[in-house]
Amino acid sequence: MNPLCQLLEAALFAASRPIPAEELVTLDPDAGFDDIRAALDELREHYDFGNHGVELVEIAGGYQILSRPAFAAAIERAQLSLRPPRLTPAMMETLAVIAYRQPVGRAEIEEIRGVSASGVLRSLQERGLIEVTGRSEGLGRPLLYGTTPLFLELLGLQDLQNLPRTEELAIALQPPTPEAVGPDDAEAYVPADR
Amino acid sequence: MTAPLTTTPGLGPVILSPGPPIDPARSGGGFVVELESFSGPLDLLLHLLREEQIEIADIPIARIADQFLSAIHELGLNQAADYLEMASRLVRLKAQMLLPRNADAEQWEDPRAELVRRLLEYQQIREISHWMAGAAERRSLRLARGYLPPAPEVPPPPLVLDLQDLLAAVERVISAMLHPVLHRVVARPLDVEGATRTLTELLAEREEFPWTAALPARPTISDVLSVLLALLELARRGSCALLQPAAFGPLLIRRESTLPAT
Repeated sequence: MNPLCQLLEAALFAASRPIPAEELVTLDPDAGFDDIRAALDELREHYDFGNHGVELVEIAGGYQILSRPAFAAAIERAQLSLRPPRLTPAMMETLAVIAYRQPVGRAEIEEIRGVSASGVLRSLQERGLIEVTGRSEGLGRPLLYGTTPLFLELLGLQDLQNLPRTEELAIALQPPTPEAVGPDDAEAYVPADR
Repeated sequence: MTAPLTTTPGLGPVILSPGPPIDPARSGGGFVVELESFSGPLDLLLHLLREEQIEIADIPIARIADQFLSAIHELGLNQAADYLEMASRLVRLKAQMLLPRNADAEQWEDPRAELVRRLLEYQQIREISHWMAGAAERRSLRLARGYLPPAPEVPPPPLVLDLQDLLAAVERVISAMLHPVLHRVVARPLDVEGATRTLTELLAEREEFPWTAALPARPTISDVLSVLLALLELARRGSCALLQPAAFGPLLIRRESTLPAT
């Protein structure tokens, strides 16, 4: 490993959060972005090909040294580290709405999920996964919510672009096709309804 | 829509009313909602549709409305506003579907369209949230370095000022005042050090003496106060003892120990 690579390894080891490349550049006044990127590649390969227990991961817009998934169970069994507590399905659904619709107000979240959202929003805010990003121009100027970098960290995403695109999902969010709900079809079901 | 329906499936009963948990047996199952697997009315509706293998776009409203009602009754959900709202929506749709309409009416709008749109939208959100839960699960298998508590709040470093800066700051404050009122501060003419010296000399000479001995011939208030403060200080240091043999009698000063070299 070259000295720059060693420096990056030391810095990422010492840091307790993902560090963006812009911050890593400040470590060495002589190194540019390309040097940093090359050194990060070298570090990643060093971990990968040297069969290390840790790997270099790009996450939440930064770089972080994380242990490999294979060792999670053993580490947890020995109680050396704690996994973050799982989110409830209600929290996940609310996060999903916010992630895709941000900035989004409470009313829209409730409309989509069909349940009141204030409690879930509060606990998501307390966990630092969402934040108030502004106020809507609408009636009462309701608060608008957006996701935080911690949300990306929680899911192990680099940025919001890593979320599945809606057209890749099984159910595309489209208005129902006219044939499917046309009067003829509906007519056929009227007797069944009775 | 104001009921605090915190849907936490898998976490057991959710109390919908503030205050202590209500025994369902006594309250008739009023406020305790078992949300074992549903995170809302749309979720329940989707579940019913899946069970019946019904296309979302073609919902037999009457049947589903009845099933929904009986389901929320069975689940004891009939107190939850969110579920009730959906139930009323379904009943209304059911009525709308039963209304006669002209067979040739091209403009007929399916009253179910809005529900279908919401269901599809919700189903997509469900799918995304499943994907996200999977991503979070995969992420949680990679452990970062141990959690570091945030650094404790350090007190601010002591101010480093020089006299010039301080005086300049005072000037600025004074010049900003509309009607500056400046007071002359006169040092009090107390001479505690002199009184201490006198007392120390007296103590060196005599074992015991009245405290008036330390006063000059015609003492001023300042002289008395100076001697008093000096006496208290000397007594505190243990150089002398203050005695008052009789009530309201004169104060006596007695040498307590060998005086310190100073």
